[in-house]
Amino acid sequence: MELRPFCFLEAMLKQTPLNPVHRALGAKMVDFGGWDMPLHYGSQIEEHHQVRRDAGMFDVSHMLAVDFLGEGGRTFLRGLIANNVDKLSLPGKALYSCLLDEAGHVIDDLIVYFMREGWFRMVVNAGTADKDLSWIGGRARGAGKDLEITPRRDLAMIAVQGPNARAKFWQAMPGTRTVTQNLKVFQAAEAEGMFIARTGYTGEDGFEIMLPAAKAEELWNRLAACGVKPAGLGARDTLRLEAGMNLYGQDMDETVTPFESGLAWTVDMNSPRDFVGKAALQQKLPARQLVGLVLVDRGVLRSHQKVITPSGEGEITSGTFSPTLNRSIALARLPVGAKVGDEVKVEVRDKRLAARVVKYPFVRNGKALV
Amino acid sequence: MSIPAELKYTKTHEWARLEGDGLVSVGITHHAQELLGDMVFVENPQVGRKLGANEECAVVESVKAASDVYAPVAGEVVAVNGELEGAPQKINEDPYGAWMFRLKPANPADLQGLLTAAQYQEQVESEEH
Repeated sequence: MELRPFCFLEAMLKQTPLNPVHRALGAKMVDFGGWDMPLHYGSQIEEHHQVRRDAGMFDVSHMLAVDFLGEGGRTFLRGLIANNVDKLSLPGKALYSCLLDEAGHVIDDLIVYFMREGWFRMVVNAGTADKDLSWIGGRARGAGKDLEITPRRDLAMIAVQGPNARAKFWQAMPGTRTVTQNLKVFQAAEAEGMFIARTGYTGEDGFEIMLPAAKAEELWNRLAACGVKPAGLGARDTLRLEAGMNLYGQDMDETVTPFESGLAWTVDMNSPRDFVGKAALQQKLPARQLVGLVLVDRGVLRSHQKVITPSGEGEITSGTFSPTLNRSIALARLPVGAKVGDEVKVEVRDKRLAARVVKYPFVRNGKALV
Repeated sequence: MSIPAELKYTKTHEWARLEGDGLVSVGITHHAQELLGDMVFVENPQVGRKLGANEECAVVESVKAASDVYAPVAGEVVAVNGELEGAPQKINEDPYGAWMFRLKPANPADLQGLLTAAQYQEQVESEEH
């Protein structure tokens, strides 16, 4: 077999504040978008099950929080992103959205939190952070004095996910409970110097916690003492794919619109407001759609494999072996004619394997949905 | 690192064991399974297929990626380990016990041309730097 040699200059990679902790735990480290990140700490599949069945924690400090301070924030964000920040009126409420270019193509996907008038916080992907900042900075020129955009590289981010994640977090940090126990999904609050959001990328309950970098290791160790096990980017990928959540750069990028990426629900076309990309989205009907696939034959679906359907060819954007379902699943971009229930063929090496088009998510809150 | 002295190895991370009946068992090394991670799928060659040395003949897939497995020596496939189909993780748990297929070698002397444990170890170490 051919094994890609892992030979890179470690000094060139960026490190999160928890990097020494991962190394001490014996994690297998990989280059992820220029960051030296843990792929797994022994077994990716065990880490996956740990999150589905109990509680796991991820270092997601490579993602970037960006604060929008000043009274001009709401007006600016209303025109910047495809979802509508006017849906955010209750302090703490969060919104998932795409950031589009003029052609309606996806620059990034993000979450924006409304904490109070004068403070919105956005969290963007690691690999796209620099590109996002320069795009946003360009749009902000001329936005007036009432807007200050501050990247928060001083913050670390830990995601605690799983059916027991919140209970174990409160055990580790009892002082946060009063403030966070009534948070609904996609709501955030501040407690004990931390920004605590009931969000995640696994399809399980839990929190994403932002805190000063110097405090990250202490929180990590406290969570570990309460039985929260570390999980790497490998498990994060299989969990998010089972949960039917898109990965930027794989399931969508600057060549497709949100409508071609299963993200129509995140685009607000109904309000009269204008936003970057709106005119382009109004003009063309999508020719492709993102669907779920379950492999019927034996094998493993992978990104870029060709999919053959009665309405034409498509391509897998993300594919993996699903540890929860014990079979292979995928997201695929297919012609709009393909329908749920259709049997399609996927080219895997020299074979054409049978797969079925399904509605996704595949798994939510520990339960199989397909 | 686990590299049993009694086995032969390839540059492409397969191991080969000459059995008492003259057949050659083939699997992938501890180093290979460690780099690939949790195994989820194994596709073995058809019994009866005649393989040339270094011919692509099987596939192992981990959660991370698919990798081709090559025949260490020329020969005919006389058996495949069907147990791995339902339990590919055995390759992670016991890489030198989890043989994938057995060959009747075209020329048993070909095994002498493979890497020794010491040579394979040297190669693995050179790849890591």
